[in-house]
Amino acid sequence: MSLFSRRADRHRDEETGRAADARPDPLGPEGEVGDGPETRPGDEPTGAPRAGVPAPRTEGGAGGDGRDGGQGTDRGLDGEPVTGNAPPPPDNVVVELRDVYKSFGPKEILKGVNLAVERGTSAVVLGGSGTGKSVLTKHVVGLLTPTAGEVWVLGDRVDLLDQDQLDRKRTRLGYLFQGGALFDSMTVYENMRFFLDRLTTLDRGEKDDLIDESLEDVNLPETLHQYPAELSGGQKKRVGLARTLILRPDIILYDEPTTGLDPVSVRVVSELIVQLRDTRGISSIAITHDLLAAEIITDQAHFLSEGRIVANGTLQEVRRSDNPVVEEFFKGTEAYGAA
Amino acid sequence: MESPPRLPAPPAGRLDGPPDESLTQRLRAGRRARQNEKILQDKEIEDKVAQQEAAARERQESRPFEGFLSEAGRLFEFVGRFFSQFWRRPFEWRELTAQMDEVGAKSLTLTGVVGFSIGIVLAMQSRGTLARFGAESFLPSMLALSVIKEIGPVLTSLVLAGRLGAGMGAELGSMKVTEQIDALEVAALKPFRYLVVTRVLACVIMFPVMTVLTDLLALLGGFLESVFSGGMDYRVFIATAFDTMRFVDVVVDTMKTSVFGFIVGIVSCYLGYSVRGGTREVGRAAMQAVVVSSLLILIADVVIVRASLLIFGDISGSS
Repeated sequence: MSLFSRRADRHRDEETGRAADARPDPLGPEGEVGDGPETRPGDEPTGAPRAGVPAPRTEGGAGGDGRDGGQGTDRGLDGEPVTGNAPPPPDNVVVELRDVYKSFGPKEILKGVNLAVERGTSAVVLGGSGTGKSVLTKHVVGLLTPTAGEVWVLGDRVDLLDQDQLDRKRTRLGYLFQGGALFDSMTVYENMRFFLDRLTTLDRGEKDDLIDESLEDVNLPETLHQYPAELSGGQKKRVGLARTLILRPDIILYDEPTTGLDPVSVRVVSELIVQLRDTRGISSIAITHDLLAAEIITDQAHFLSEGRIVANGTLQEVRRSDNPVVEEFFKGTEAYGAA
Repeated sequence: MESPPRLPAPPAGRLDGPPDESLTQRLRAGRRARQNEKILQDKEIEDKVAQQEAAARERQESRPFEGFLSEAGRLFEFVGRFFSQFWRRPFEWRELTAQMDEVGAKSLTLTGVVGFSIGIVLAMQSRGTLARFGAESFLPSMLALSVIKEIGPVLTSLVLAGRLGAGMGAELGSMKVTEQIDALEVAALKPFRYLVVTRVLACVIMFPVMTVLTDLLALLGGFLESVFSGGMDYRVFIATAFDTMRFVDVVVDTMKTSVFGFIVGIVSCYLGYSVRGGTREVGRAAMQAVVVSSLLILIADVVIVRASLLIFGDISGSS
């Protein structure tokens, strides 16, 4: 069974309200991965273990040997969602930002961003350079905390999670960095193996199979023993994506996934993102100013300008916005594309 | 203060019946609200502290001297983070071993050549001066004292600071600007423990080992020079070299390099880890790592020698 079909099964399970990972998974020795807190009846599926990917090692405490079974692990106190007494978003919303403000010293980057991403959809955040698109996505994975506002991810407020809770949440998120962020002292194989070694208890054969499958998913099986320096920009991004996929995230954030690529590679990477959404049900947020990529990827587009979302809807709806900055952006980008 | 809400009396016969589900739910909801309230309060306190720190930083950065103090404050914060993390499981044994190999085996040629040549030069330079006072026979003990007590530890540490400081600053700096550290963080792989703790511990452990090896090679150089060029009997050299040496001197002066190793590791990692911007800042971090660690090694040496003299006295026995 391929990774895509396995993931598609799981997504269907989630949609029908079943705990998808309750069934045995051929990849993950679930029973081996620890003695963490048990799931309480009524816990939402967001806290369920993931196939083959146990929760990360924790810094002592309730995790015993630092590992838990992943059951209810991204929950706050006593397995309860961390909400800060605010009403959580509906179940079909996997990421929501509410009135998010972010300042660096006197410089205000985000000035009240509101954005929601539904399960199994691809959201695209458009906007010019330096408008805070990367800052926005870094809030979702907890690399930055908001000066004010709420950041909801899979039912919890990540801005209120402690380090261990945040780490557990992060095992369900993937982040594709602009340059791929591959470790340049390691080969592609070692890059991928590194994540599996440290976050799973799979045996070597299982890890090698996963690595091969992930590289095949991005059509780059031949790069296995190459160093990042030997790869082109597009290949680095695809290998970065394969490394992200290997941990089976529920949500992937793409930071400029197609910047600097030729039109053919833009199409390849964009179609890969769509394929992941359609076959595995991976929700995604992509930040880009590449209209070709946006057209392929977008379910819901958000236009960020001067720290606020000034237009949202389908890409066509955003394109028709009468906001002068949006008009200018589309005119400029389309003129550039036509040239 | 508000009195707690009164719970409704259970209906007749209810006490020996099944538990009241709605009561359980209400109690759970109340507990959850209290827990969330506590989180919000904690968050509020953290925000206030962060705001005060940001305001303080801004005030300090407006004046150059205070900017320096603020940088030192951030370095101490980094040191505090190291001490709060280094003893926590899981230990990064494999990476620690790799880093010890980097500090030790891969630096051995450099420190070995430096030690050996310094021993030869020291013996050559000192013989003439000692001969003028008819004290040529003191050459072995002078050589041993100067090498083991000062030249060996400080020179080894400075050489390693040059090699490792630049390497660590540049490596972590480029990992930072290419978002590799963020990638580790996002994958919940605890980059501070993996990258910083291992490097600092490797320096703390390996600096004394490298110092002992450098000392031995320096003494070997001095011995060979004295015997083959100076015509000293090798038995005299061996018999007199450690006459005036105390065990405590050897231990203290060798182990002080652990402190030097800590300085090199923590300063280089801090500067690399704090890089913002591009390749220019990476280069600057590498350069600063060498300069700052070298200066701090020399300052720490003065402090440690002074403290050791106060505690253990000098070789004449007076403190």
